[in-house]
Parts: sequence; structure tokens; C-alpha cells
Amino acid sequence: METKILKLKLKIWRQKNANSVGSFVDYDVSVSPDASFLEMLDELNNKLESQGLEPVVFESDCREGICGTCGLVINGQPHGPIPRIATCQLHMRNFKDGDTIWIEPFRAKAFPVIKDLMVDRSGFDKILQAGGYISANVGGAQDANMIPIPKDVASEAFDAAACIGCGACVAACKNASAMLFVSAKISHLGLLPQGQPERYRRVDRMIKVMDELGFGSCTNTYACEAECPKGISVKFIARMNRDYIAAKLKSKTLEQV
Amino acid sequence: MIKLESKVPSGNISEKWTNHKFNLKLINPANKRKYTIIVVGTGLAGASASATLGELGYNVLTFTFHDSARRAHSIAAQGGINAAKNYQNDGDSVYRLFYDTVKGGDFRAREANVYRLAEVSGNIIDQCVSQGVPFAREYGGLLDNRSFGGAQVSRTFYARGQTGQQLLIGAVASMNRQIDLGTVKLFTRREMLDLVVIDGQAKGIVVRNLVTGEIEKYSAHAVVLATGGYSNVFFLSTNAMNCNTTAIWRSHKRGALFANPCFTQIHPTCLPLHGESQSKLTLMSESLRNDGRVWVSKIKNDMRQPNDIPEEERDYYLERKYPSFGNLSPRDISSRAAKEVCDEGRGVLGGEAVYLDFRDAIKRLGRNVIEERYGNLFEIYETITGDNPYQVPMKIYPAPHYTMGGLWVDYNLMSNLPGLFVLGEANFSDHGANRLGASALMQGLADGYFIIPYTMGDYLASYKPTLVDTSHPEFEKVKNEVQETTKKLLSIKGKRTVDDIHKQLGRIMWDKVGMARNEKGLKEAISQIRNLREEFWTSVNVPGSGDDVNQTLERAGRLIDYLELGELMAIDALNRNESCGGHFREEYQYEDGEAKRDDENYSYVAAWEFKENFNWELHKENLVFEYVKPAVRSYK
Ligand SMILES: Cc1cc2nc3c(=O)[nH]c(=O)nc-3n(C[C@H](O)[C@H](O)[C@H](O)COP(=O)(O)OP(=O)(O)OC[C@H]3O[C@@H](n4cnc5c(N)ncnc54)[C@H](O)[C@@H]3O)c2cc1C
Ligand code: SF4
Ligand code: FES
Repeated sequence: METKILKLKLKIWRQKNANSVGSFVDYDVSVSPDASFLEMLDELNNKLESQGLEPVVFESDCREGICGTCGLVINGQPHGPIPRIATCQLHMRNFKDGDTIWIEPFRAKAFPVIKDLMVDRSGFDKILQAGGYISANVGGAQDANMIPIPKDVASEAFDAAACIGCGACVAACKNASAMLFVSAKISHLGLLPQGQPERYRRVDRMIKVMDELGFGSCTNTYACEAECPKGISVKFIARMNRDYIAAKLKSKTLEQV
Repeated sequence: MIKLESKVPSGNISEKWTNHKFNLKLINPANKRKYTIIVVGTGLAGASASATLGELGYNVLTFTFHDSARRAHSIAAQGGINAAKNYQNDGDSVYRLFYDTVKGGDFRAREANVYRLAEVSGNIIDQCVSQGVPFAREYGGLLDNRSFGGAQVSRTFYARGQTGQQLLIGAVASMNRQIDLGTVKLFTRREMLDLVVIDGQAKGIVVRNLVTGEIEKYSAHAVVLATGGYSNVFFLSTNAMNCNTTAIWRSHKRGALFANPCFTQIHPTCLPLHGESQSKLTLMSESLRNDGRVWVSKIKNDMRQPNDIPEEERDYYLERKYPSFGNLSPRDISSRAAKEVCDEGRGVLGGEAVYLDFRDAIKRLGRNVIEERYGNLFEIYETITGDNPYQVPMKIYPAPHYTMGGLWVDYNLMSNLPGLFVLGEANFSDHGANRLGASALMQGLADGYFIIPYTMGDYLASYKPTLVDTSHPEFEKVKNEVQETTKKLLSIKGKRTVDDIHKQLGRIMWDKVGMARNEKGLKEAISQIRNLREEFWTSVNVPGSGDDVNQTLERAGRLIDYLELGELMAIDALNRNESCGGHFREEYQYEDGEAKRDDENYSYVAAWEFKENFNWELHKENLVFEYVKPAVRSYK
């Protein structure tokens, strides 16, 4: 293992609460290249706390790239410079001695800052609570092998279901659009046979709430896919748009009847 | 005087649950919405319970300290979930899953609970598939299985290396549906800090709003805790950073018995420690042991690179010692075996790690197959360590992972406090002294989807609890106590940080209450923990205020509880003069180093009652084995 210590300058966004104005504050740190990015922040916070100062507020939980809690903009990139990982999976061996690192919260109108690097992403759950499910009561399910699902279909549904709800797609998008997230959810359920009965109602309701919450529209720049830690494909956005149009056509037809 | 009644129904084991369900009292559908139920936790157990209770029509209030239900620690489970479907036609059955679990738990679990778990396991898979959980499938479109430690059949269902995530997305979606329908109300960023008990019954909770700092009171007819395990008492564990014992520990201090606190599981396949700044340990799914071979050098302090160590100088110690289970030996046994070879100085470069090698599997099956099976795990490994496991063997070492102990519950999953139910990892119920891989997800969902909906109705119908207004003096009293604790923490302004003290506690626990324990060490641990607790209250530094987001305050509050629980774990381990499952007392072993159980004297659940001034009284629930006869647990 390398034992070289990296000396770095951090410029961290500090903001007391949603209503106050924030600014960047400078910190000097020394850290082992084997440490993770968040462990570097832990060490900084430990130092601040030992001086009786308020530590930098940032969120994390699993530290394995699966819960979607962490999420920082590092040198302008959501989840930092390495593709396909969440912030908690970034390790300091990817930085050089003497580097300056800018650390900011995910920024979007629909993700207001709560404090420092912590933001409110509850909008995502509001969208899911507007139909992002399959209505299947407990107790009535038939045997799990009754409906065979071709491996490739199950696998595609899984690719969509791999989304960790981190919000990097929104932070990466110049319009702060949530289309990648919402399309991943809709495609996961819409690809499976169990998801068919509610397929069009679901897409209609979820998109309505997404728009109401102030997420922007998609102008096909695909910054979301590039920054998504799970590599969720923009093909799901196209799929969702098709379903959405079909849903609109269906409801029109119904209105005319 | 507390009397422990397990409430296990009579009759043949295979009919107990069916008969019991019939005998349980029911609440008429129109009356259900008049009952308010609090659920704390939105992991597999809490989310599934909230969804199901909501479906039945109860008025459910669900709480989580996370910002979103989907972030509960269950999301991190990788390997899979067991179910006795016998889709592989390899001889599995409800009885075999029951048998494996009782034996795997080293005969320290309640037979009737385990049987019920096995009995509903198949329905769990049905339910998950109907919700859209994308389990792995074969080309024919049917569900695929793999095997896990401690079993000789393939009964584990999985979704790549992200089974917990997919199951939780399914359970949370079901809960979201109830939120949409208005039966469940979800309170996020709320940490339960105390339980309100009135006339011996659980009546509500007091929580801190983690954004505004406000202390809030909520009342209900019954309270369900599904708040997960306490492995973070070790500071370093595979659990998520914010996992804690606060909800169950503070309920314990309000009268709920804590069962088998010393039964903790040390998982054999985790990444070894890299340095002082380390914040947590990363698990490499046990499923890797299906194809990876575990070995160390035959020579002490061998400083050669692994690929330079020739075949005849490698010791595949699990295959050698346990030929019939080999690399798939149960967790406690595999962990201890790794510790043994490392203690002999035969670990990687003489240190604390062993190899997990895929060379032979890649040769046999081809790189593609291995990539298909474990691709994402290999990637995780490479991001963290910088090594490529397709070329160099992985390095692994055991780490604290799961806690079999938890609040004592009866067959209905109710604690000794009427109205307080405990589900998932937070209770003690099904895994005895050692949990088999892929059985925690199964238990969480069994509790939430299939057990609590029945037993809750029975409680409400038989006890007829009333709803107490939160202006009741007891609610006020508990709220004041919580506020006092916060004030005190903020006023100490000492010299040590929360993490610094937590790390010290973790070291004591790992060295003395970890993989191997002895009387002397445990006694030392108890006095060291007491001293550390005193030091905490005089020298911790919690900057900031209680009126807004204060993560240090959150961690300090959790550490208070770990500093108390740690002592009880040591006391429990000291009381148990035997070795069983994850609890290995060095004084009690056979000549070949295998664990020596003492069924005559310790075939009981140790349920501890909290008394004033950190004294505990032991209550025993004797375990009777009518079906799986206790025998030396051999995997040879
Ligand atoms: C890395 C890892 C991999 C694993 N892999 C597997 C596997 O492959 N198969 C398997 O069967 N098991 C596995 N396990 C074990 C399994 O994941 C857990 O035992 C199980 O998910 C626990 O579920 P739970 O619902 O009981 O609790 P959790 O999922 O831990 O949920 C706890 C919930 O309670 C909330 N909470 C806690 N305290 C409070 C409080 N005071 N106030 C408010 N809310 C609170 C949290 O916010 C959270 O919502 C794994 C565990 C780990 C650590
Ligand atoms: S789509 Fe990708 S970036 Fe967006 S929330 Fe999901 S995982 Fe995060
Ligand atoms: S902390 Fe869970 S994804 Fe980063």
C-alpha cells in the first residue's frame, strides 16, 4: 500500500439554512490516498469538532453506492470525476498532491439546500407516491413461477430498477429535469407483465406530479446519463415519452366516448 | 414480576401457525381505521408492515430518520433471500429450511418461530414477484437460485448483487401505494428518541425532527419497532453509518426485555482494514464463496505475492477442515477459522486477511460466467482496493455484520410490554446464536407481510387499548427528559469528539466481546466500558445547537446507547458459560477448537431486564427442541 500523504485545499460550500446565503470556505487537509472522499470529510469534521467548531453537514449512509444518500458536486461534477460511482465510492487515490477541490451540494430548484451540503430531495418520493407502484395486496399473489418472464426482459427491467434515487441526474441537468429518474422507475414497472394493468395511468400521474414540483423539462443533452452512478440509459426516457403519448391518446379516446 | 410467556401454540409444529391464525381475534374491517399504529423504521420489516397494516385499513404513522424510506439499511443487502420453493428439485422443503435454520442457529432459537418462518418463505417470493421485484431468471423465464452458506440445497433467490435494494424498492412501493391511498402517513427525518409507556402499555413515541430540532410527540394504540440491528456498537461494521440501537435500547430502559445481546455475527467475507481514518467495513457478498476458494499460505509470515505462492504451498483451510461444506461453511465457523490462521501468522503478508481466489472458477467456467455472476461485486472491490480480482485473489477478513440479539418477543412478535411489537433485525426471534446467509431478508419480510397483520388484530381485539392524548403528563415527562439529555450533551463542551470515543468503545468490543471471548477479557471490558461512559459524560464535545440540523448531536445520542448496550453484551457473554454460534468462549471448546455447547445449562434465551443504576436482572426462557434434536453441530 502507498503511504504517501496528499495535501489538499478544499473549497466547501457552507450555508446555515435554506433561507441564508451560502459561500465557499477554505480548508487545508492531509489525507491518505487509501481513504475515501467521505472519510476525508470525516477527518476534517473530527478536527473541526475537536476545536468546538460546527462540522460540515453532508449526508451519507451505506457508503457502498447503493442507498443514494450521498451526493456532492465535486469540481463541478455530481459524484466527482470518476464515472459510474456514487460520491461515497470515490477514493483519494484519484487526486494528486496539491490539488484544490471544490465541493458543493446538488443544486436544483426542486432540491432546496437544508444546510451546507445537505439538500431536500423529497420531491422524488412525492413522484413515486403518485402511482410508482404495482397494486398487489399481500395474500393474493399466485406462485412466483406462474408467469415466466424472458431473461432479457427481466434483465432490462433490472437495468432500470438499479436507480439509487440519488438525484445526480437532476443536479447534472441544466434544466434540473428529473426525466432520467422518473423514466427509470416507469420502465422498471412498465417492462414487467405485472406492471401492465396500471402502465398508462402510472406514467400519466407521475409525470403530472413531476411537473408540479418544478423539475425542468428534458432537452436531450444527456448530461444525466453521463453523471448517473448506475449508468441508467437515456433510452428509458424515450420509452417513457412513448408511454406518455399513448396514455394521453387513451385518455382522449375515453373522453370522446 | 415479569413472567416470560412465549405463547407458542400447542399442536404439531406444522399446524401451529395455521391453528393460531384461526384462534387469533379479528377486528372488523369498518373498525380498523379507528386504530392508529405507529411503525418505526422503513427497512424491509417496517416498510412491509406499514404497507400491510395500511392495506388492512389501519391508520398507520410511519417514521424514519432517513430522508427517504428507500434508504433504510436493508437496501445494502447483496446476496439474496431464502425460500423453500424447491424450484430446483434438489430436495428442499419447508422442513429442511426449518431444520437448517435451527441447526445453523446452534440450537438457540425457538423452534415454532423458525418453522413459521420457513412456512411463509414461499409466499414472500410470490408477493415480491407480484410487486415487480426483478429477480434473476433462467433463459426459460423461470426464477433462478443459488446456494448460500450452511445449506446443501439451492434455495436463495437473488437480483444480481442487489437483492436487498430490489426487495426494499418493492416493499417501499407497496407502502407508497398506501400513502397514495391515505392509510399510511410517512414522517421522514424523524429520530425516535423514546417510548411512552402508560400503565404498562406502549402508547406512543417521542421523536426529534432532525431538520428543525423540535421534539415531537405521537400517540397510537400500538407501536411497532423495525429499527434494525446494533452492529455499529463495534464502530467498524458492515452496517450503514447511521444504523443505531436507540429505539430498542431506550424501549429496553422503559421496560422491554433485551434478549441474547451477545449473539452477534461476524461475517467472514469483508474487506480488510486499510487505516485509521476508516469509517466502515465493506461486505463482499457471501455468494462469492459459491465459486471463490479461501486459502492462506502454509508458511508463517509469507511475504510473497499470492500469485507467486505455488499450489502445494497453499492451505485451502475450509476445504481441508470441513470437507462436506468447504468454502460454504456457516459464517461463524468460517470467521473463526480465518482468525485462527491469521493468529498463527499465516494471514496475507503475516497480517489480518485471507485470500478468496477465483482463479480455478475462471478456468473452469470462463471469465464471462464469473462476470455475469459477480461482475458488480468485482467492480466494487476494485474501486475500493485498486486491485483487479480477475487477476489477483481478493483479500478478505471477518467483520461485525448482524446482530441476532434484540428485544425479546413472544410468538406474536410482541415484547413483554403490551402494545410494543418488534420486527426484523431489531428482535431476537428466529436465528438463535447464528444467522444463516440470506435469512435476514426473509425474516424481515415474513414479519412485516405475513405475521404482524394477524397478531396486531389480536392485540387490539383482546387488550382493547385506548388512544392517549399527547397532552397526557407521561408524554410531557418523556419529552422533557429527552430535551434535558439534549441540553446536557450540548453543555459538556469537553475535549473529545464523539467518533473518537466511539472508536475506543469499538476497540474494546472487538478485542474482548468480538470473535473470541474469555472471562478475564469480558470482565475487563465491563469495567473499561463503564469508565468510558463516565468519560463521555464529562469530556465529549458536541458543537452547535439543538435547534437545527446537528449531526454530531445525533451521533452523540446514539453513542450514549452503545456505551450502555456494550456493557450488557459483555455481561450476557460472561453469563453464557458455553460456546454456541457466534458466541465463542475460549474456555469452552473441544480439542480441535470447535465450539462446545452446554445444552444442559444454557439451552435458554437470556432476557435481561433493566434495573436502576445499570443493573440487570436475568430472565430465562427455556428452549425445548421437539423436532430437531440438539447435536454437535458438524459441518465436516
Ligand atoms: C452489507 C450487508 C449485506 C447484507 N446482505 C444480506 C443478504 O444478502 N441476505 C440477507 O438475508 N440479509 C443480508 N443482510 C442483513 C439484512 O440486510 C438486514 O438484517 C435487514 O435488512 C434488516 O432489515 P430491518 O428492516 O430489520 O432493518 P433496516 O433495514 O436496518 O431498517 C431500519 C429502519 O429503521 C429506521 N430507524 C432506526 N432507528 C430509528 C430511530 N431511532 N428513529 C426512526 N427511525 C429509525 C431506519 O431509518 C430504517 O428505516 C445484509 C446486511 C448488510 C449490512
Ligand atoms: S437515474 Fe441515476 S442519477 Fe438519477 S437518481 Fe437514479 S441513479 Fe441517481
Ligand atoms: S452513502 Fe449510500 S450511496 Fe453513497
